[in-house]
Amino acid sequence: MPKRIENVGCPYCGVCCDDLVVTVSDDGKKILEVENACAIGNQIYHHATESERVRLPRLRQPDGTYKEISYDEAIDYAARVLYNAKKPLIYGFGSTNCEGMAAAAKVGEKAGAILDNCASICHGSSLLAIFDNGYPSCTLGEVKNRADVILYWGANPAHAHPRHMSRYSIFPRGFFTGKGHKSRKIIVIDPRYTDTARVADIYLQVKQGYDYDLFNAFRTVARGHEIPEEVAGIKREKILEVVEIMKNARFGTIFYGMGLCHTDGRNHNIDIAISLTRDLNDFTKWTIMAMRGHYNITGPNQVWSWQYGFPYCLDLSKRDIAHMNPGETSSIDLAMRGEIDAFFNVATDAGAHFPIEAVKELRKHPWITIDPNICMASEISDLHIPVGIVGVEVPGIVYRMDNVPVQYRKVIDPPEGVISDEELFERIYQRLCELEAEDAAKERVKTTAEGIPAED
Amino acid sequence: MSELLIKNGFVFDPLQGIRGDRMDIAVKDGRIVETSALQHPETIDASGMTVMAGGIDIHSHVVGPKVNVGRLFRPEDKLFKSPLKRCNRMEMGFSVPSTFKAGYDYARMGYVFVNEAAMPPLHSPHVHEEIRDTPIIDNAAMPVFGNNWFTLEYLKNHEIENNAAYTAWLLRATRGFAIKVVNPGGTEAWGWGLNCENVHDPVPYFEITPAEIIAGLIETNEHLGLPHSVHLHCNNLGNPGNYTDTLDSLKLAEGYTPKNNFGREQVLHATHLQFHSYGGDSWGNFESRAPDVIDYVNSHDNITIDIGQVTLDETTTMTADGPFEHHLRALNNLKWANTDVELETAAGVVPYIYSPKVKVCTIQWAVGLELALLSKDLMRTFVSTDHPNAGPFIRYPRVITWLMSRAARDATMKTFKWLERTIDATSIDGIDRELDLYEIAQMTRAGPAKALGISNTYGGLAPGMDADIAIYALNPENMPENPEEIEKALSRCACLLKDGVVTVRDGEVLTEPPKRTVWVDVKVPENAQVQRDIYEHFLRYYSVNLGNYSLFEEHLFNPRVIEVDTTQ
Ligand code: SF4
Ligand SMILES: [Zn+2]
Repeated sequence: MPKRIENVGCPYCGVCCDDLVVTVSDDGKKILEVENACAIGNQIYHHATESERVRLPRLRQPDGTYKEISYDEAIDYAARVLYNAKKPLIYGFGSTNCEGMAAAAKVGEKAGAILDNCASICHGSSLLAIFDNGYPSCTLGEVKNRADVILYWGANPAHAHPRHMSRYSIFPRGFFTGKGHKSRKIIVIDPRYTDTARVADIYLQVKQGYDYDLFNAFRTVARGHEIPEEVAGIKREKILEVVEIMKNARFGTIFYGMGLCHTDGRNHNIDIAISLTRDLNDFTKWTIMAMRGHYNITGPNQVWSWQYGFPYCLDLSKRDIAHMNPGETSSIDLAMRGEIDAFFNVATDAGAHFPIEAVKELRKHPWITIDPNICMASEISDLHIPVGIVGVEVPGIVYRMDNVPVQYRKVIDPPEGVISDEELFERIYQRLCELEAEDAAKERVKTTAEGIPAED
Repeated sequence: MSELLIKNGFVFDPLQGIRGDRMDIAVKDGRIVETSALQHPETIDASGMTVMAGGIDIHSHVVGPKVNVGRLFRPEDKLFKSPLKRCNRMEMGFSVPSTFKAGYDYARMGYVFVNEAAMPPLHSPHVHEEIRDTPIIDNAAMPVFGNNWFTLEYLKNHEIENNAAYTAWLLRATRGFAIKVVNPGGTEAWGWGLNCENVHDPVPYFEITPAEIIAGLIETNEHLGLPHSVHLHCNNLGNPGNYTDTLDSLKLAEGYTPKNNFGREQVLHATHLQFHSYGGDSWGNFESRAPDVIDYVNSHDNITIDIGQVTLDETTTMTADGPFEHHLRALNNLKWANTDVELETAAGVVPYIYSPKVKVCTIQWAVGLELALLSKDLMRTFVSTDHPNAGPFIRYPRVITWLMSRAARDATMKTFKWLERTIDATSIDGIDRELDLYEIAQMTRAGPAKALGISNTYGGLAPGMDADIAIYALNPENMPENPEEIEKALSRCACLLKDGVVTVRDGEVLTEPPKRTVWVDVKVPENAQVQRDIYEHFLRYYSVNLGNYSLFEEHLFNPRVIEVDTTQ
């Protein structure tokens, strides 16, 4: 009898749908059906059992080919790389669980590494704004139950977060929003007329790169001051109309995406978005939320904040104090400056996402990829260590885009012998401790052989 | 396994009425035993030193989502290097320490049990992840109920049994410890940007008053017979003139008597009372009303309190009192984080600087000390800073020093810019009382353990209890002239035994014995209506599935469960 597993969390995007129902074959080896997921989510599950999976670590040979090695050998290799490197970088973590992130931090701390996550190249600018200005936000259920005005800015959930609008923002019927879509006003601000813009009641086609100006106009109007005829390509009447809607909302939420935090202005765009949210709370209730991409990219921000106080760009190389200074301690900048002498690509694909110059610099030194799948990073690595897929083969806690922890399940076993990120990092940690102990013993032998130093 | 004898210390154990007697304490296999039960013990020489049970913190924000917002959004809280010897893990943060630092710092002060003051139920997996990463100290965490839709609906109709069944379910779902109430009704109102400013101000839509919520939860708590009482953060925190609202809240406990098997004698714990004991009607004529509030507490023995002492540091305020943090942001114009949590609660976080140059801050400082020094029963009055709201917990030794030494208070007051006005607005200058070590043991061990209903295990030194023992280099017969020496001795204990393991020596952490998660499992009769309500609310209003809401067993770290059976 095939087995139906309910309440399964989807390991793809930051919407973190936890209502999937997965049917697994009799022998527990094959995924037969996935219900409730969007097309992308569906694909993740089928890919897990339908595609050819890497089952053993693979080490690059002198002739350029990969040779399979045991996990023990791979762990020893990885530990030695870390042990010998002056400034190793452990980067990624968009797609694994928090247990793996905590274990990786332990390794990074022991090795004196740089520890960074994908926020470094996506919502890092949001984090900078949050450091300066705070973050008046809420959980997604609040939006569903209360919000009567929804504003998407520089985000296109119709494509990037397929079930966001139906689960949380536009369509669901909540406690105070029993009429669903009918009880809400939808505003979309984007230079492109996206599929999300199609469902909007009001669409503002902001001039590319002028988001800051438009926010500024909103704030100016909200505070009762004059604005010019046109700002950022939007007519004054339209701006006045939108501000009126915002001020008269019972509960509003601004959802923003990479279109805001990665265009001209970057963290300043987010900063002023937060300021607008603050201002609007003098009139009524407003909240703001970043549309985080991967299902657990919020996770490393959380885990490393409670462990070190910083969400990303952590320099642990000083051993007794963690240091964060994006620009100085951020992955790409470090790589471009040639400061990194060993690279761990974990649960992401830096091969595809990093600028080519950064990849070239990193390739001059050992590059180890830890990921369930074959990706660009795994194909240019010196060592590829496969791990189980979180949410499919490995359970664990993930943080949704609104920082709500969601407990993910496993629906099938990983391919035989394949271990989790957490176990892998725990074992690398053990091996690092052994290497340290071996060296300490050698040091002792050396010093006793050389006799007592003169000054004693 | 191991045997230890702590020899010749001055022992303070209010639970047994031991007042500094010179005696030996015996430890075997992690428990305290009769000295006669030992055969070949190792000895620890405690002569000339003070021996107490490990410290108990009844109210501290150390783990969970809002604490982590405080860490995440304040990189400036980390711009210094820990001066202490490196432990197993790096230690970061001042007002909001990393989990590792929190565990180590509590241990260095001789503390072993910390009750997390507010757990948003939806975020319980987060709370438990942080508990796992907080070394050494045992943790409990209190889920918040005072703005929970289930609670509001049941109590509106005075359905105590249903509310009790729901409460039991939520304690289990979150692996929680007690009923926490924060700004009852006001935080739900904050969902619309509003507040409930006094106990009779009805909650929008739910048509119930804070007073009804508080009384209903007290009834629920005693119906269930939980180890701890209702733990209340009153309405209208932090505002001039709020002492009347506080008295109105405390009066709601009148007529209720504790029903439990855990030795608890109160039905209401009023937390960080300092923030709730203000007179005046503006910041201009802001003044202390601590004497009025503590007089009431003195004469009503079904109430316990913790003080919430202002430490005069730069810190990070964080509370489920969402409207208050919004209000604070307008006062100091610093950055503001807020998270409203569906159906349950909210949380706000704002940095704050308590400066000796600001009159309101120095009056607040005096209010906390007045509460403690005017208290007639220190078994019901506990040390806290509402960490990190009024200051970080690492200042407990300083707070205790203020309580023990008029000279220490005077030295601090000398630094006040508005000394005269502070003296005029408070009674602090007229108080000469200096507490002794027995009274400090009441306020930091015996009292909180009893109020939490865990005094059979924690907070004392009787045979059978956990061998959690702190030794301080303080000789009660020859206390240091210089109050700073007291602070130093309490900051870095001479020795801490956790479960019989020597964990701290001369203020240095030596090892990390396994810590525990303490939670309360209540058995209640089957209740089909409540089950149905839970099912429906999750189906329609929550954003996570019911099947994923309760903490999975695998995320509960080293549990110690306290069982309560109401079906007998
Ligand atoms: S919306 Fe995102 S989380 Fe939900 S099913 Fe699709 S990919 Fe998965
Ligand atoms: Zn508190």
